[in-house]
Amino acid sequence: MRYAMVIDTVRCVGCNACVVACKTENATPEGYTRDWLRIVVRGEFPELRRDIFSERCNHCANPPSVHNCPTGASQIIEGGLVVVDRSKCTGCKACIASCPYNARYVHPDGHVDKCTFCAHRVRRGLLPACVDACPARAMSFGDIHDDGSEVARLVRSRKIHVNNPASGCEPQVYYLM
Amino acid sequence: MEETLVQRSNQGIDPEFFVWGWDVAGYLFLGGLVAGLLILTGLWMRRAGARSAMPASIRWGTVAAPLMLGAGMLLLFLDLDLKVHVLRFYTAFHPTSPMSWGSWILVLVFPLMAVLALVLAPDRIRALLLGCRALGRLATLGERWWGRIATIAIVAGAGLGIYTGILLGASVARPLWSSAALGPLFLASGTSGAAALLALVERDGAVRSWLARADIWALAAEILLIGAFLVGHATSTRCHIEAIGMLLGGPFTGAFWGLVVVGGVGVPILLEWLELRGRVIATAAVPLLVLAGGIALRYVILAAGQASGVGGDAPLNTFF
Repeated sequence: MRYAMVIDTVRCVGCNACVVACKTENATPEGYTRDWLRIVVRGEFPELRRDIFSERCNHCANPPSVHNCPTGASQIIEGGLVVVDRSKCTGCKACIASCPYNARYVHPDGHVDKCTFCAHRVRRGLLPACVDACPARAMSFGDIHDDGSEVARLVRSRKIHVNNPASGCEPQVYYLM
Repeated sequence: MEETLVQRSNQGIDPEFFVWGWDVAGYLFLGGLVAGLLILTGLWMRRAGARSAMPASIRWGTVAAPLMLGAGMLLLFLDLDLKVHVLRFYTAFHPTSPMSWGSWILVLVFPLMAVLALVLAPDRIRALLLGCRALGRLATLGERWWGRIATIAIVAGAGLGIYTGILLGASVARPLWSSAALGPLFLASGTSGAAALLALVERDGAVRSWLARADIWALAAEILLIGAFLVGHATSTRCHIEAIGMLLGGPFTGAFWGLVVVGGVGVPILLEWLELRGRVIATAAVPLLVLAGGIALRYVILAAGQASGVGGDAPLNTFF
């Protein structure tokens, strides 16, 4: 089993509902965020194109942040979710320096924090808060190894993009273009 | 035209990535110095063959080394954001993590430094240490294994010095650190710094000359390795070229070329060469320049490396 997120950049309207839902669900401290929007405008007027990417930890299948963690605090749990065990984290920041996506930060309590794909909700059979809150139904979540799942079907159906595939980290957040 | 707006403002990550500062640079510098001290001590042990023939500076160095490494580890401790969990480093060993290796290497190097201090420390300090019978037995063992201890000191010093570079090189997300030359470069810089530090306290002219020659060799190696580091990046992929651009015209150019290459390597190697030929009088200026260049090297590489990225959060660059 390998959990993955698929985000349709055509459907996404950049409303920030995913960001707000994450902050509410995970009580991230003021001034910090586990997910964010990247808005890219390209071209010359009037030939302009704007793309919106809802970004977060990519829960890489080959995560350098986990490999570089000296205490085992950064770890891969069931379904390939990459999480940080706060009880083991020393705040050494080796994982932050190793993450090509700059998806981690030091929580004011001292431990490293990041998106967990809402592992606590997924365990209960719920969707991650951001996916649940998306009013445009631009976000999907599920087992990408299950050919019958919605995420597997979406990845097969459209041209997809993952952030920095050359890193070799095998990111598990897919963007439908 | 391409305009990117990132709605993220995590402290330490945005707007500029900077999570490791002076404390980590200080540790890398002190770790390198201790590595150099171990190597020079081992080399002198093999050369001298007996305690009575060991220079005073090296003997003092064996006392200073554990204190300096302890200070370096204190700096690392101060860098931790969750200090109460520090013992977690020693409740696990993760072979894929260079920092885990480093934690254990640092602990394992201490017994070696203890033996070196027991065998070589200046007589007054040694007499104090040997007041304890167990330490006395350890000192006897150290003297019996003189040659082996010397070899172990050289190997451990090389390992410790290279490790400080590998620690950074393991972060694939920071292309400036992704260089096989970084470990040997930090080792050469550490050895050069150790020779400079010993030269500051050494009074014997012949030993000072030996230290100056050792420093020249280490600085020459540093020049070659800096060249390899620059060329390796400049002929690599786009993210590496952009990363090294920070030292070649970018924001770290002045600090790198002024403080590290010219002030910390070029001027000292020239002055030491002139010293050995009797053209200039040896002063504390050269060792101080070398030491300042050593810490500048660590800080510049640390800061510039953090400013470099693989474009992981620049999706369109790789797609369109």
